[in-house]
Amino acid sequence: MLKVTDLVVSYGGIEALKGISFDVEQGQIVTLIGANGAGKSTTLRTISGLVRPKAGRIYFEGRDITDLNTQKIVETGIAMVPEGRRVFVNLTVLENLRIGAYLRKDKAVIEEDINYVYELFPRLKERSWQLAGTLSGGEQQMLAVGRAVMTRPKLIMMDEPSLGLAPLVVKDIFKIIETLKSTGMTVLLIEQNANAALHACDYAYVMETGRITTSGTGEELLASEAIQEAYLGKSSKK
Amino acid sequence: MNQKKSKKPMIISLCLIAAVYIGVFIAEQFIPQQSMLFIVLKKGAVYALVAVSMNLLNGFTGIFSLGQAGFMLVGAYVYGIFTIPVAERMNVYQYFDGGLVQFTVPVIIAMIFSGLAAALFAFLIGLPVLRLKSDYLAIATLGFAEIIRAIFQWNGLGRITNSSNMLNMFPTFNDFNILGPDGKVTVYLSTLIPFIMAGVCILLIVLLINSTYGRALKAIRDDEVAAEAMGINLAHHKRLAFCVSSFFAGVGGAMLAMYQTTVQAKSFTSAMTYEILLIVVIGGIGSVTGSVLSSFLFVACSEWWLRFLDEKQIIGNFEVPLLRIGFRMVVFSVIIMIVVLFFRKGIMGDKELPDLLSRSRKAKGRAGK
Repeated sequence: MLKVTDLVVSYGGIEALKGISFDVEQGQIVTLIGANGAGKSTTLRTISGLVRPKAGRIYFEGRDITDLNTQKIVETGIAMVPEGRRVFVNLTVLENLRIGAYLRKDKAVIEEDINYVYELFPRLKERSWQLAGTLSGGEQQMLAVGRAVMTRPKLIMMDEPSLGLAPLVVKDIFKIIETLKSTGMTVLLIEQNANAALHACDYAYVMETGRITTSGTGEELLASEAIQEAYLGKSSKK
Repeated sequence: MNQKKSKKPMIISLCLIAAVYIGVFIAEQFIPQQSMLFIVLKKGAVYALVAVSMNLLNGFTGIFSLGQAGFMLVGAYVYGIFTIPVAERMNVYQYFDGGLVQFTVPVIIAMIFSGLAAALFAFLIGLPVLRLKSDYLAIATLGFAEIIRAIFQWNGLGRITNSSNMLNMFPTFNDFNILGPDGKVTVYLSTLIPFIMAGVCILLIVLLINSTYGRALKAIRDDEVAAEAMGINLAHHKRLAFCVSSFFAGVGGAMLAMYQTTVQAKSFTSAMTYEILLIVVIGGIGSVTGSVLSSFLFVACSEWWLRFLDEKQIIGNFEVPLLRIGFRMVVFSVIIMIVVLFFRKGIMGDKELPDLLSRSRKAKGRAGK
């Protein structure tokens, strides 16, 4: 569905991505894990058109989207849940959701989708007239996901959805990701919380300083000695 | 929290606004025209429009622009240039053989021209300037306003702008009064018409703010990156807000020309922009109602209510100390400082009239229980 080939991105003289290639299959949860500065966020930002690559191509459903602007990329069906949630704090929950549907013209379906998001996250419905800035961190994350769902994406990319949330809330977030998958959406997930991400994903890529070093299914990587040592801590075996 | 919006506060506020208009009309027929009240109302209406247009940019889109006086100047000049009666042109443009433009257009058309000219300038200036952020954008737009002021006074453009001489003789607010056959005024409209003009423009701005576009502008204000990630075209929307705001500043400039009866480039200083910025801040950044209220309060304070401070006052046998010319501005500054210190978010915050009504109703309901 999404195919990234030899992607190189540099900020000034520093290469953040040194030629990475990976695939995301339809209907799967694919995760990129790695330490700080490995280039995970840069990868997402490049796919969504916020950063321009120096070399390499990005294909979505067979179409080359490398040179499209963000607006066009959103229109093709790629939504992003940015790092640190970044909801619009001075808009109400409902307005935030409507912004998600900004590029869509199908008014009737938008109303249906708002109800769908409220079904996914009943908490948002309770607070639909509240300003997003007054929500708790977990609720804001739900809103950020809901806002992305409102673009009617085929692929939803999430940048560290568990960042700064309490462990219980993190569990909820991963449940939501599973729910999204069950509705047929494809998810590209970036996580530092490698343990949770590997348990949830179908396929995983491990990034290190701008390169992809390992890949495999979640179980394979969980079982791998090297990964355990580097990302999970040896004692993580229960 | 703020539950689903009921229609009632909305209807009440519309009634209030209608009442204000009727009040203005009645007052105009019975109170002598020389009263300070009308000066305040006319200038207040002009400032209200300009303040709301600035609020659209600074409060709702988060673009901190200080070019308002420049766009008003463009609007005022365009209005003057297209409405001075042909017969008067020889007098007005006495150093430039009657000027280049030798026709006039109706007032409404000239006002639309004013807006379009200001919007065109905004578009051109926006191309380089809107790439800048916050303070840098403010400095660049301020610089633009100063440059415009200098250019309009340039001798080379004299046949159009009358260089540094003033434009006058164009239709003013007083020309809206309906005259009887004997040349006496039968119906006074010189305050109501500016109110209607400002009201229509502000209504258009409010409609824009509440549209999908307006929501996108607010999203940009809150978080540019997230807005872009949602597919909002930043450059396009910022340009739109900049041009629309300037359009209405231009119309406001045309109205200011009508209010002042003369136009001269040197009066459109950056101090004028600061006055408007002050109105926006005092009224509440992000509140249209606040901008409107505070522009009337501001004009009333600076032109009317504090006048007595400039004159010698004797109460009984006691002469009040300190009062002299200029003391008004001292008191005025202190009042502004107090407002800024104690009403951090302005008098209205980001609330609008209907919000206010629904909240006070709720408070009453709670007290009743």
